[in-house]
Amino acid sequence: MPWTGLCRLSNLGYAPLNIMAFIELDHVDKGFGPVWNRSEVLSDLNLQVERGEFVALIGYSGSGKTTLMSLLAGLLRPDRGEVRIGGKVVDGPGYDRAVVFQNYSLLPWLTVAENVALAVDEVFRDFSREQRQEHVAKYVGMVNLTPAMDKRPSELSGGMRQRVSVARALATQPDILLLDEPLSALDALTRANLQDEINRICQEEKKTVILITNDPDEAILLADRVIPISAGPKATLGASIPVNVPRPRTRKDINSCPIFKRTRNQVIQYLVQSSSGKKVEISKKLTMPDLLPEDLSVARPMFGGKARPRRRSEQKRETVEVVS
Amino acid sequence: MKWIQRLGLDAVLLPLVGVFMCLIVWSGISGKSVTTKTKDDWGDVVTTTKRTGISADLPGPMETWEKSRSYILNPLAKRGELDQGILRFTWLSLTLVVQGYLIALVVGTPLGFCLGLSKTFGKMFDPIFQILRPVSPLAWLPLGMVLFLSAKIQVPGFGAYTASELAAVFTIAICSMWPTVLNTAVGVRAIPQDYLNVAKVLKLSPAKTLVKVLIPATLPYMFTGFRLSLGIAWLVIVAAEMLTGRPGVGGFLWQQYNALSYSHIILCILTIGVVGYALDRLMSFIESRLRAA
Repeated sequence: MPWTGLCRLSNLGYAPLNIMAFIELDHVDKGFGPVWNRSEVLSDLNLQVERGEFVALIGYSGSGKTTLMSLLAGLLRPDRGEVRIGGKVVDGPGYDRAVVFQNYSLLPWLTVAENVALAVDEVFRDFSREQRQEHVAKYVGMVNLTPAMDKRPSELSGGMRQRVSVARALATQPDILLLDEPLSALDALTRANLQDEINRICQEEKKTVILITNDPDEAILLADRVIPISAGPKATLGASIPVNVPRPRTRKDINSCPIFKRTRNQVIQYLVQSSSGKKVEISKKLTMPDLLPEDLSVARPMFGGKARPRRRSEQKRETVEVVS
Repeated sequence: MKWIQRLGLDAVLLPLVGVFMCLIVWSGISGKSVTTKTKDDWGDVVTTTKRTGISADLPGPMETWEKSRSYILNPLAKRGELDQGILRFTWLSLTLVVQGYLIALVVGTPLGFCLGLSKTFGKMFDPIFQILRPVSPLAWLPLGMVLFLSAKIQVPGFGAYTASELAAVFTIAICSMWPTVLNTAVGVRAIPQDYLNVAKVLKLSPAKTLVKVLIPATLPYMFTGFRLSLGIAWLVIVAAEMLTGRPGVGGFLWQQYNALSYSHIILCILTIGVVGYALDRLMSFIESRLRAA
């Protein structure tokens, strides 16, 4: 055991024993923009995820969920603090993690098989051509898309596209699966189907999964642990809420399960509390009607003149303050 | 009128009507030869030919056809260096255009990628591109002549290039390069972040990112650039041939102007237009094929 030595050290009064979790966020801050116009997105994030755990992070849109995912994926570096996986500081993307993006991110000029193969060819370089093809076929089959192998993403529905994206992520055989709002672009029915499918695959594959979502039901249905993210800016993680609903969970059972209801209330309560008192400024473009009516109080001149309906072609910016 | 539309004939008939109307205007303003026979004081018959009309020296449609017939009906004839059938001239021009155009693509596309990918490169060279872009082919050609003044390049399979040919190719290349450069750059900048994220997450090597992600994502923009470039390359050929006196559609045009043979100018203009249109159609056909594939 590598850490027994450490135990002995700690007994001698050295640094306290800290068995490291598989995924660790250690006081992570992240913001964007230059100093004079800086927006702090995430502040003081701490998270420990054990190997094999399914954790759901749930929060409002705009609370920096995708930023958090990018940090875990290694697409972004934290400003302060560390992201560690298996004890090592994350300094870039790696094959130990696979990401399923919110908007599928499939390359539209490649077929389903080619999209998956792009990942497989890159990760399993020592495979023979046949092995790779087999591998691709296996994972496309896992998401039930074998009949659509040679179709392009544009020929598929949203749900099918997201399944391809899941297959591409799984095909690299990562230790960690990062799901960044994978179902939020889908309609409710497809969403439910795909939730069940993700549930099944995750139970089969036994991966460490971090799911980011804005749907409490989805989070509780799938995860072992739900962690709410407070409303941004300067979003941070709340206390984790364990989901003690026994597996296998089905949508039908879960709706009548009292633990489910209690957990759901807990999550929602936290989210509502965290956002109360925070002002959210929404700035949106309002397109004004493009016609100015004729001023009827002015007598209409015989030739030309201004008293006619006119085009304005004006866009007005308006700042709306929303207090929740 | 309904049945014409139903049979799809309007696609043929309406352009014909347009052409016919243009011909009427053309013959209206063009001049005609009027031959008069008069007797002079000694009683001899003197024939005088005079041109009359709004633009007396402009040949009318029928006259143009009469004079150009031999060039069109014997398109491959070669009676002399500057007296060849129209297809021969077109071929001569096209070979030059293709050479310059290919150089433009080979140089322009990588430049466009650099411009789109690197902000530093963009800041360094964008001002230069913007300044060189609007320079007319007529201005580039003398510079090309100076550049290749003493050059005589032997290319195996193509024969020897004279200074004027090299200057013409240079002019075509440098003038037709800019749409390719700028469109490629715009295309590269327009690649969605999602695709780049995929490349990053899969840790694709730069070469593989280029082949698998950047080029396919930029292809539609690149092709728009290629198409505009081809149009310009064909535009430039006339100027280049006029100034170098090289045989080809443009050279023939200029020579015939100097020989006061105005019908042939119109013949050349029409040929240039038709070939340019055909090239554009060809490019858009290739483009649609590539997009479907």
